[in-house]
Amino acid sequence: MQESFFRQVLDILQKYWPSMAIGIQNTLIISLTGTIIGLVIGLFVGGLRAIRLDYTASKSALIGKKILDFAGKVYIDVFRGTPMMVQAVFLYYALLNIVHWDKLGAGIFVISVNTGAYMAEIIRSGIQAVDPGQTEAARSLGMSNIQTMMNVVLPQAVRNAFPAIGNEFIVNIKDSSVLMIISIADLMFQSKSIAGSTFQFTATYGITAAIYFILTSTASLILNLIEKRLNRPRTSFPQSDTDPSSMSLATEKAGKS
Amino acid sequence: MSNPVVEIKWLRKSFGTLEVLKGVDFNVNESEVVCLIGSSGSGKSTLLRCINLLEKPDDGSIHVFGQNILDVKNVDQYRANVGMCFQQFNLFKNMNVLKNCMIAQQKVLHRSAKEAEEKARFYLRKVGMEQFALADSNMISGGQKQRVAIARALCMEPKLMLFDEPTSALDPEMVKEVLVVMKQLAEEGLTMIVVTHEMGFARQVADRVVFMDKGVIEEEGDPKTMFTNPKSERTREFLSHFQED
Ligand SMILES: Nc1ncnc2c1ncn2[C@@H]1O[C@H](COP(=O)(O)OP(=O)(O)OP(=O)(O)O)[C@@H](O)[C@H]1O
Ligand SMILES: [Mg+2]
Repeated sequence: MQESFFRQVLDILQKYWPSMAIGIQNTLIISLTGTIIGLVIGLFVGGLRAIRLDYTASKSALIGKKILDFAGKVYIDVFRGTPMMVQAVFLYYALLNIVHWDKLGAGIFVISVNTGAYMAEIIRSGIQAVDPGQTEAARSLGMSNIQTMMNVVLPQAVRNAFPAIGNEFIVNIKDSSVLMIISIADLMFQSKSIAGSTFQFTATYGITAAIYFILTSTASLILNLIEKRLNRPRTSFPQSDTDPSSMSLATEKAGKS
Repeated sequence: MSNPVVEIKWLRKSFGTLEVLKGVDFNVNESEVVCLIGSSGSGKSTLLRCINLLEKPDDGSIHVFGQNILDVKNVDQYRANVGMCFQQFNLFKNMNVLKNCMIAQQKVLHRSAKEAEEKARFYLRKVGMEQFALADSNMISGGQKQRVAIARALCMEPKLMLFDEPTSALDPEMVKEVLVVMKQLAEEGLTMIVVTHEMGFARQVADRVVFMDKGVIEEEGDPKTMFTNPKSERTREFLSHFQED
């Protein structure tokens, strides 16, 4: 029994490896591209939502901000509050007549908008973790809300949120399997067709599970390495300090008297 | 005295039901160094923050460089003329020392990278931090951070500098290196308003000391008179805490 299971596994791998490989490739393409586009959406939506206009903002800016905030909230709530499988079928058929979907494109689209909703919230909490003093300093130098967000707050928010952002990629590797519902040739879809022709369900899906596991653990390893790198100070700094007394001006001791 | 840089009349500010500034009249002349002292919660920070519009005053008027700043259209442009240093330094954590000093020059004053870097290095040299230009801003000491923060503000070439307890978060041995820099700026004629608990600095460098208490200016005068012979009982009591140690 044991032996025959491994026999089956080896046979399937030998015979169907090329179609598994296509599945792996598509799964990776969809989840990686979807995560990146989702991050861009999240930066935009989350960043906009996190801007707090102060009293110096104009009326039209305030109104525009209200509308955008509302639209952002609807988007986030809808995509986080419905299953991705349902989003996939709905969007696929709803937009079928407008865009003549390339299957892979449809998959990337669904993953991107779905991930964008999660990313928006991840980015927003990343922004909330940024010290408000950073914003004050930027504003006191005359930087606008948007300049402050783009140059000071968002880079730090992304840094804070990096583990959560990376986690979305891992989630996407796994959850892109629901795209099988719109027949995208991802790893899950390929496995299903292999199982359908071999009738060896346990062996086939065993392989599938193992491959997903290898993909997610490799991804998480790489993300950890990046994380470590981000934690290193960016530049070395010189050995010598300045001795304050050597500065152009000597003062008598100025402390509390 | 001559040219007023800051003229504040009857400034009021409340947070909810808490009235923090209860009608403050306050002037600063060109090249004057004014030290603002007072106990915690008396409204010193709020007063400074009103001057560069980080807070919106409820009532009263603030003229800076002769312009009513409550009417200015471009607040960002106005703020670029007023430098501010914070107790917690607030260096941009995602940038090195040099970039900290360049970013606002590039974004707000639209200076080229080359020009911004030259200015940044010039002011970093002035505060004794040029050899740290490429250092990660998170990896330097508190005193160094504050000096960089001062350089960053100076890069905008402000005509008025506000300091909110610039040395309160520093270890005693680092306080001096920051005060040295501030004293130098004062001697070069920069107009400065400094909230501080460093009475030695106030005595030595300030042209005028202003004592705030419970949202009003209780007493002001030249440092010598204030420290040796304060008129108000409240001032005397406040200052006595500093004479003890
Ligand atoms: N944004 C705010 N919202 C609500 N209350 C505030 C706000 N900012 C300041 N306060 C309150 O206003 C009062 C005066 O604050 P302020 O920071 O001006 O005092 P301060 O004189 O600078 O004191 P400290 O020496 O502690 O810095 C305090 O009671 C403070 O809690
Ligand atoms: Mg304060």
